[in-house]
Amino acid sequence: MSTENRGTPLVELRDISIAFGGIKAVDHVSIDLYPGEVVGLLGHNGAGKSTLIKCLSGAYQADAGEIWISGDKVEIRNPRDARAHNIETIYQTLALADNLDAASNLFLGRELVTPFGMVDDGRMEAETRKIMGRLNPNFRKFKEPVSALSGGQRQSVAIARAVYFNAKILIMDEPTAALGPHETQMVAELIQELKRQGLGIFLIEHDIHAVMELCDRAVVMKNGQRVGTVNVKDVTDDDILGMIIMGKKPPQAY
Amino acid sequence: MTKAASDTQSTPARRSFLETLEIDTRLLGMIGAFIVICLAFQIWTGIRALPEITYNPFAWLANGRYLLPQNVFNITIQMVSVAIMATGMVFIIVTRHIDLSVGALLALCSALMGLLQVWIMPTALGLGIGNPAIAPMTMVAGLALGALVGAFNGWLVGYQRIPAFIVTLGGLLIWRNVGWYMTSGKTLGPLDQTFLLFGGAEGTLGTTLSWVVGFIAAALAVFGLFQARKTKAGHGFAVKPLWAEGVLAGVSVVAILGFIAALNAYQIPAAKLKRMFDARGEVMPDGYSEGFGLPISVLILLLVAVVMTIVARRTRFGRYVFATGGNPDAAELSGINTRLLTVKVFSLMGFLCALSAIVAQARLQNHTNDIGTLDELRVIAAAVIGGTALAGGVGTIHGAILGALIMQSLQSGMAMVGVDSPFQNIIVGLVLVLAVWIDIQYRKRKGIR
Repeated sequence: MSTENRGTPLVELRDISIAFGGIKAVDHVSIDLYPGEVVGLLGHNGAGKSTLIKCLSGAYQADAGEIWISGDKVEIRNPRDARAHNIETIYQTLALADNLDAASNLFLGRELVTPFGMVDDGRMEAETRKIMGRLNPNFRKFKEPVSALSGGQRQSVAIARAVYFNAKILIMDEPTAALGPHETQMVAELIQELKRQGLGIFLIEHDIHAVMELCDRAVVMKNGQRVGTVNVKDVTDDDILGMIIMGKKPPQAY
Repeated sequence: MTKAASDTQSTPARRSFLETLEIDTRLLGMIGAFIVICLAFQIWTGIRALPEITYNPFAWLANGRYLLPQNVFNITIQMVSVAIMATGMVFIIVTRHIDLSVGALLALCSALMGLLQVWIMPTALGLGIGNPAIAPMTMVAGLALGALVGAFNGWLVGYQRIPAFIVTLGGLLIWRNVGWYMTSGKTLGPLDQTFLLFGGAEGTLGTTLSWVVGFIAAALAVFGLFQARKTKAGHGFAVKPLWAEGVLAGVSVVAILGFIAALNAYQIPAAKLKRMFDARGEVMPDGYSEGFGLPISVLILLLVAVVMTIVARRTRFGRYVFATGGNPDAAELSGINTRLLTVKVFSLMGFLCALSAIVAQARLQNHTNDIGTLDELRVIAAAVIGGTALAGGVGTIHGAILGALIMQSLQSGMAMVGVDSPFQNIIVGLVLVLAVWIDIQYRKRKGIR
């Protein structure tokens, strides 16, 4: 897929920098994302991919740089701001409150309320049943706290939370790290489906094969800096590995 | 993926009686423990009351003095102050904090309210003793001070990131002694007559009004059960069989009305009745008797219990309290302002401390420096016995109140049968540790965390 002539990017991170106590975790990095596109973010542990993406999800604030959403410059100070821009994040840790049930987690921070302002557990459970019926039809444990769920079930709660609220931009931080083959396949199908619906997806991923299969473009980072960006179908996995391990930029990269 | 698990879920296995009722087995265990305590002391006092040794358990039970209306009444009014604070402590502990300053804060609020009603308002402001405005103004000031000091504690914990243990350990030393300084260590009394109504025995609803309250409460309980059923059915969720709802409703109604009946059965002593008639300028008819009924302080506790339960279960604030306790990072990432939440939770705790100060002060009929001493430990123990997990995220309001009731029943019973003081404290300590141990075993077996 070509990046030329595709109009305004959904997201543009321009020249983002963030440092923690003198260590430059992200050093002048720019990336962009178009509707219906999956962009993979790759690199070693500590390369700065999670930190970069947390500037977009509102967990961190960049020291320098700009965030543009659909052609407008925006400020994202906290996770609430990010949600207001239809940015949803599936964290590596899933960020679930283990003591609450699936519906409470799905609507956490955005509860449905009755006309009297009370949380409407019935309606939330009904909505949860609806979306889980689509994402993971085997899911039955609506009453139990999510601590009682398996890894895959927990993952599907986290995914349901991200897609329920009409996200336009989805950030997935190693969504398949804790999953078995069947569940990994489920996530892959979901990504394809969301892509067809026109969402833009940032995928942080270690598994090079998953990147080759799912991503349109891949951005490789090393030591807080961007090594290069490639169209996945123009390169081999060895090219990408070379970028990750040695920071070597192949001719196709830009 | 989880084929096996979901299959066993979907086949409707035969369910036990308790499962059908959908009662929390943990709650059931606590109620069971409470009943065992009551029966044990009833038998113990019964055996002592009998002139000669018999081996008839029914005689033991019938002659026991523990479950007499008078003792039920006393235990109830003695537990109110700790129970009110325990409901707030649930929120504190659920959000992974602790508040060691509740007893000290109670003393500070009591000192302010003592000063206001005994000296500042009647004399310094010239309202005169017995002015009807004194009690409400005193209470508003006390409650405001409690909420404010609580909010300050919460700000130190939430925004300045000082551990709650340290903030409130400091508060334990500070607030009681601020109160001491304000009152110069003097005992303040006599209190305002209206204010005294909130202590317990001095202010009861009388038998008729108590029955009214009882029937309204029973009706609300039944209505609530069936309303919840209707909502569930409306969404097409499984509901329990109608007989199960009926059993629950029946048990609730019997418990509520039985409690009211016990309080109504406790007769006001004749001498006190005579004083009441004299005060109204009337003559007491011969053979006149009247029951105490529901104390206002207990009514306040019941209202606190209902409101706090609704807050915990049905409001966003309550949902965020539990979410923050379960996973603070997740709560933050979900857009919850956990710092402000901490301020609110501590402020609520402070408000409840002030409410307890009203009840405690009115019950003791004056303010003393040592009011509420060691209450922080009783309150924390009540919450923990009631199933609040110190790791955070888990706890119920009714559990904490039941915890306070169990502790008070134990202490009252031991005093009644003449257990030596050191053993009284030893036993309460053992019960605390035992309750938590049982809880851990229970969670392990149920596979919860």
